[in-house]
Amino acid sequence: MRSLLPPEYIVRIDQDRCRRCGRCVRNCGFGALSFEHSFWHRAKELFQGSTEDLQKVIAHVEEYVPDRVVADNRKCVQCHYCVTHCPEGAINIEPNPLAYKANHYWLPHYQKNIVKQAESGGMILTGSGNDKPYFSYFDHLVLDACQVTNPSIDPLREPMELRTYLGSRPKALEIEQDSDGEPVLKTKLTPQVKLEIPIVFAAMSYGAISLNAQKALAMAAKECGVLMNTGEGGMHRDLYPYADHIIGQVASGRFGVNPEYLERAAMLEIKIGQGAKPGIGGHLPGEKVDEEVSRTRMIPVGSDALSPAPHHDIYSIEDLAQLISALKEATAYTKPVGVKIAAVHNVAAIASGIARAGADVIYIDGFRGGTGATPMIIRDHVGIPIELALAAVDDRLRQEGIRNQVSLIAAGGIRHSGDVAKAIALGADAVAIGTAALIAMGCHVCQQCFSGNCSWGIATQRPELTRHLNPEEAGQRLANLLRGWALELKEILGSLGINAIESLRGSRLRLRGVGLSEQDLEILGVKPAGR
Amino acid sequence: MLLREGEVRIPSGCAVSAILNVKGRCINGEAITQSIACMRERSNGLGGGFAAYGIYPEFKDHYAFHLLCETEQGRLDAEELLRQNFLIDRSEPIPTRKVIGIENPPAVWRYFARVRPEKAVGCSSTAEGNLVTSVVMKINKHCDRAYVASSGKNMGVFKGVGFPEDIAAFYRLEEYEGYLWTAHGRFPTNTPGWWGGAHPLGLLDWSVVHNGEISSYGANKRYLEMFRYRLELQTDTEVVAYLFDLLHRRHDLPLELVCRVLAAPFWKDIDRMPEPQRRLYTALRQVYGSALLNGPFSIIVAHGKGLIGLNDRIKLRPLVYARKGDFVLMGSEESALRRIFGEPDEVRAVWGGEPVIVELEGGSAQ
Repeated sequence: MRSLLPPEYIVRIDQDRCRRCGRCVRNCGFGALSFEHSFWHRAKELFQGSTEDLQKVIAHVEEYVPDRVVADNRKCVQCHYCVTHCPEGAINIEPNPLAYKANHYWLPHYQKNIVKQAESGGMILTGSGNDKPYFSYFDHLVLDACQVTNPSIDPLREPMELRTYLGSRPKALEIEQDSDGEPVLKTKLTPQVKLEIPIVFAAMSYGAISLNAQKALAMAAKECGVLMNTGEGGMHRDLYPYADHIIGQVASGRFGVNPEYLERAAMLEIKIGQGAKPGIGGHLPGEKVDEEVSRTRMIPVGSDALSPAPHHDIYSIEDLAQLISALKEATAYTKPVGVKIAAVHNVAAIASGIARAGADVIYIDGFRGGTGATPMIIRDHVGIPIELALAAVDDRLRQEGIRNQVSLIAAGGIRHSGDVAKAIALGADAVAIGTAALIAMGCHVCQQCFSGNCSWGIATQRPELTRHLNPEEAGQRLANLLRGWALELKEILGSLGINAIESLRGSRLRLRGVGLSEQDLEILGVKPAGR
Repeated sequence: MLLREGEVRIPSGCAVSAILNVKGRCINGEAITQSIACMRERSNGLGGGFAAYGIYPEFKDHYAFHLLCETEQGRLDAEELLRQNFLIDRSEPIPTRKVIGIENPPAVWRYFARVRPEKAVGCSSTAEGNLVTSVVMKINKHCDRAYVASSGKNMGVFKGVGFPEDIAAFYRLEEYEGYLWTAHGRFPTNTPGWWGGAHPLGLLDWSVVHNGEISSYGANKRYLEMFRYRLELQTDTEVVAYLFDLLHRRHDLPLELVCRVLAAPFWKDIDRMPEPQRRLYTALRQVYGSALLNGPFSIIVAHGKGLIGLNDRIKLRPLVYARKGDFVLMGSEESALRRIFGEPDEVRAVWGGEPVIVELEGGSAQ
């Protein structure tokens, strides 16, 4: 059916500056750019088989003027790969200024989606996280600082500690004395995983993202002493050297899960849900399942990889407890087992159940969390903000006296180190970053991850595109980002007059709300600014 | 209306001082008063107080409850709560005198009490301690304007609003003989005007004087709340006292390690420790990270058998240690220690994070 949708963007090419090098044409994953009347096309047209034609072709070669680059605006997704890489700076992309008749209710976004569905009869897919103008609680929380009565601490002159351990902790330690009367530890702690910065990379599977992108994440995780997460796509052999810095995910599809996989990872994570698509499964189309993905996921080449919405062996909290204990048995209790859930209405009770089911870490993903592919209607309308979910979970676990049993990872829309500090003050042990990590690698949040056409070589398996991403360089960018955030966190701690991150954890007195309702403040456990 | 302490958090600066005779020999309250008076400019007249140990030899096996009561009804309610759980063998007003500079004192009262036999569950000292703690918390929370200043055996806390030397005169401390004295002069940044808000803070045999503002207060508070402590006063001292109570009395950590939790060594130092020390210190921080006291403080914790001095781990507040014969002295300033017995045999600054633990010779007072 002919599409009635106007293009979203207009690609402007400055033909005076363009040297017709063709880089943009080759690089666009979406095929939005091409040469008009290509040289060979014209030559083929001229040559019908006669000698005369041959002369015309020769004349054409002699007269050849390189062709113009033209854009099919309909195909452009505004990913900026061509703009960023054009050596002449000759490309610009603008939103289509086409004005819809003003209407505060039937916004163009909704009208376009209706047209799309009227044409396709399908669900509208999207990638990345919820981009709708919901209220951001992070943006209405501010941090404290010391003045006079308690001094701030200068991170350039004093040690500033960000080290964080993930794992379950007993309520108390038992100490005994050795033969010299020196105290020694009697309690045997369950496994703890060390983070030098309280940040981990969010789960992004091989399949959803390229191997180069995963390698970059793994390299940065190793360099910075943090963790990356395989997602549900198994662990490619190229990641084995980084396995000490990798969380191995066990999701509903169980792709790539075998004893060696469990053995290798530094920590395991059972994925129940994801902030961008709570209660929704996953679907990696067969076209993306090439030789390597097939081997890593342990499925035939070209077959669709379907992750069921629930785990087919988890229909209750006791089933989850069984899987947690099965994974611990399988790995001889050598690594923490976490559970990842989406932030939904009843998240506090669910998290409490998960803690009691034996999880060592609970990963809560808020509704701004990203994804490789999800129905837009789910991404934009299901789930709750991470700030509220985190505060509710931390409160509940403390009320029940079991906060020490689990570490909390908060995720879903962490944009900068300020968000990290606020999440920790609300009660998180660490945060996870997905979208921020992708942006560090080049992503411009065009939200087309599901298409497999990512020009940046991140969310694609097409070999001509994945080579756009240099794992070493992308890894360095990620490491730089973490380093920058770590420096900022140290400044924040210093201004708060503390020199260890655990002194901020759950310290909601160091937060104040600006412009929040009484109810919001109560849920967040935060006072209004001025009080 | 100006909120009083407990309804609002009031940062303070302070002076602290302590004297212990390690042989358990008792001296009267004059020395400690001189010492704290020497640091008058570190207080502003809005709080002063003393803890004294060994002062009630005739009631040494009784819990001595010191109460500050602003209303008679509050005192009666508190007394009723005490009676439900304890046999009160003596109840009397604490002797005081009129002093210029001490205005509107509340009724100060003391009770010497034993746990009712039927309440002595299992007879363990922990169970008894928990009972005392819960009664103290109930009085502080529910009895109108009544506040338990101390609840230990053979000890008492004397505190109020005023300069510490005036408080000493008010309570006639020169008439008491103790082997261990601590003192506190307060410089709050607000005017609480409430006697319960003064220091030392006492719970069971423990008393704490503290100079500083703990920047990790929120984290520590929420940690303690998980163990059912109610932080009624919103003061750092309360946090310190409860952390000692939790870690030492309830979790049975040795005092040295309690200090190593409150002022934890840095990871860089822990990483360099030999095994099994490294394993121990790593576990302490992993498990008790939320009990780390972060921010400037010097604290002196007294208990029946000794004294602990501790500075924050980067030494943002002063704390000096001195020894003269059988006496161990600690305080905010060296001058305050020299004031007592003249030139000490030994005097030095306490290192950041270094626990100075002094115990009575033979383990208890003579």
